Amino acid sequence: MNLTREDVQEIVGLLDQSAFDELRLETDKLKLVLRRSGAGGWTQESETRAAEPVVLTQAAAKDAAPDVALAPGTIAIRPPLMGTFYRAPKPGAAPFVEVGSAVEPDTAIGIVETMKLMNSVSAGARGIIEAIPAQNGEFVERDRVLMILRLTP
Amino acid sequence: MIRRILVANRGEIAVRIIETCAKLGIETVLAASAADMRAVPARRADRVVCIGPAAPAQSYLNASAIVAAAVEAKCDAIHPGYGFLSESIVLAAKAREAGVIFIGPTQAQLAGVGDKLRARELAVAAGLPVVPGGAARTVEEAEEIVARIGCPILIKAVGGGGGRGMKLLLDPKDARATIALAAAEAEAAFADGRVYLERFVAQGRHVEVQLLGDGENVIHLGDRDCSIQRRYQKLVEEAPAPGLDGGLRARLHEAAVAFGRALAYRGLGTVEFLVDAARGEFYFLEMNARIQVEHPVTEAITGLDLVAEQIAVAEGHKMRLAQDDVSFRGHAIEFRINAEDASRDFLPSPGTVTRAAFPAGEGVRVDTHVEAGSAIPPFYDSLVAKIIVHGADRAEAMARAARALADCRIEGIATTLDLHRALLADAEFRRGGVDTAYFPRFWRA
Repeated sequence: MNLTREDVQEIVGLLDQSAFDELRLETDKLKLVLRRSGAGGWTQESETRAAEPVVLTQAAAKDAAPDVALAPGTIAIRPPLMGTFYRAPKPGAAPFVEVGSAVEPDTAIGIVETMKLMNSVSAGARGIIEAIPAQNGEFVERDRVLMILRLTP
Repeated sequence: MIRRILVANRGEIAVRIIETCAKLGIETVLAASAADMRAVPARRADRVVCIGPAAPAQSYLNASAIVAAAVEAKCDAIHPGYGFLSESIVLAAKAREAGVIFIGPTQAQLAGVGDKLRARELAVAAGLPVVPGGAARTVEEAEEIVARIGCPILIKAVGGGGGRGMKLLLDPKDARATIALAAAEAEAAFADGRVYLERFVAQGRHVEVQLLGDGENVIHLGDRDCSIQRRYQKLVEEAPAPGLDGGLRARLHEAAVAFGRALAYRGLGTVEFLVDAARGEFYFLEMNARIQVEHPVTEAITGLDLVAEQIAVAEGHKMRLAQDDVSFRGHAIEFRINAEDASRDFLPSPGTVTRAAFPAGEGVRVDTHVEAGSAIPPFYDSLVAKIIVHGADRAEAMARAARALADCRIEGIATTLDLHRALLADAEFRRGGVDTAYFPRFWRA
């Protein structure tokens, strides 16, 4: 069985009248721990249990991003946080940079969208963009190589 | 009769909808992305259908996949929640073609309130005050409006939203350049270069009125104050709006109901107003044709289950409530806990929650989809939990809030809990009735 919000409220009401400070409750669907807090209130921690979900359709698994080898004199530009990588400021616009573009440390080379917020990615060093292994619209982890930069003096 | 509902959303609102369905004896099928197949909503629903990969464009924003899932799982209705496709005419139309009920307003109503200019025209026709301004097709027309209403003026994209394409005009001599820029940005972003100009009201409160309609009758379920915002994102909401003069409150309710009646509105909807409490004036802003994030504060003071009412009118029933059946008791406040690091300019903080202890007890409600082990994926918005407190009056609600926020522990990710604790200790917030300029000032101080 699942407990509703009102059920939990009622249990807390009963506990409040009692001398107990903690209640552990386990059902096939739920594990619930209620504890008296320092301030005289109660806290709840829960664990929702379920058998393997009944999956009616399954999306194709995503291909893992390939490793990228770095040649001497080059560095990798990685995202500041995980998210969706975009090469252009908006759909249909020209990319920030292409292979061969010269960049300064603060040149914007792309955008990473995390939780609906757009974060600009800068080159981080002076150089020429040598390769762009990450695809536009790809979901990137922190360690993904977005671009390879050949350093210039 | 609705026996099985496809819940086409994720996060806390999915859990919220599933809870009411369980109480009503309605089966739920969750339409989830690949990233959410093991999340709490998937474990609470009776069944789960994967509608696509993690990226919202291919899953939660994919109307065809959602309707196909509803048909395949033999659902009678689709509940779209808020955000995503909750106000999508495309989803409503595809559902209708497939013979599945869309739990929301009619397609015509979605179209009417979805376009800002049309919503404004409808409001004027229904006798509601709107912010002085108007639409401009050419720069000359825009200059004429600037001359008529004076600066400061907010230039908005007709097809826009979320602050995009918005420009503030402070000096009439910049009008030509600023309007041209706004139109160009609007054209690039929304493929619609139409702009409209509105007097910029710097000192206002954001007050909204909750409506419920069955297509013939429309009633209001009171008001909410949502003035505490950061970059147009609400952080704290209260019901009722604190310190409003009784006459002004009644006029807001009447105006919202007049707008709903003019539309012959069906379902839950919210009419947003900009309120100048000092002058006792208000202006229509827009209507949201869906359930809102902040609906629990209305539930707290009315004792109603808004999702249950929404399902009932979607089934085609007459409203079970008359205006006189709705009464208001006490005061409620909601705090949105987001996975963001407020000390680092609200940097998003996706990751895995290692511990989640939420407050419980009298006058405290927590709506969440998070427990120890829950993933907070980077693909979606950052709402982790809503803490809702209710008391006989605002003072009691705030006392409960202080204890509830002190008791709450979320570990493994950064959250905005500390921000709310600081807010609750601030004298200006405690007095109540702040305007939208308050939060940025509080946070800078």
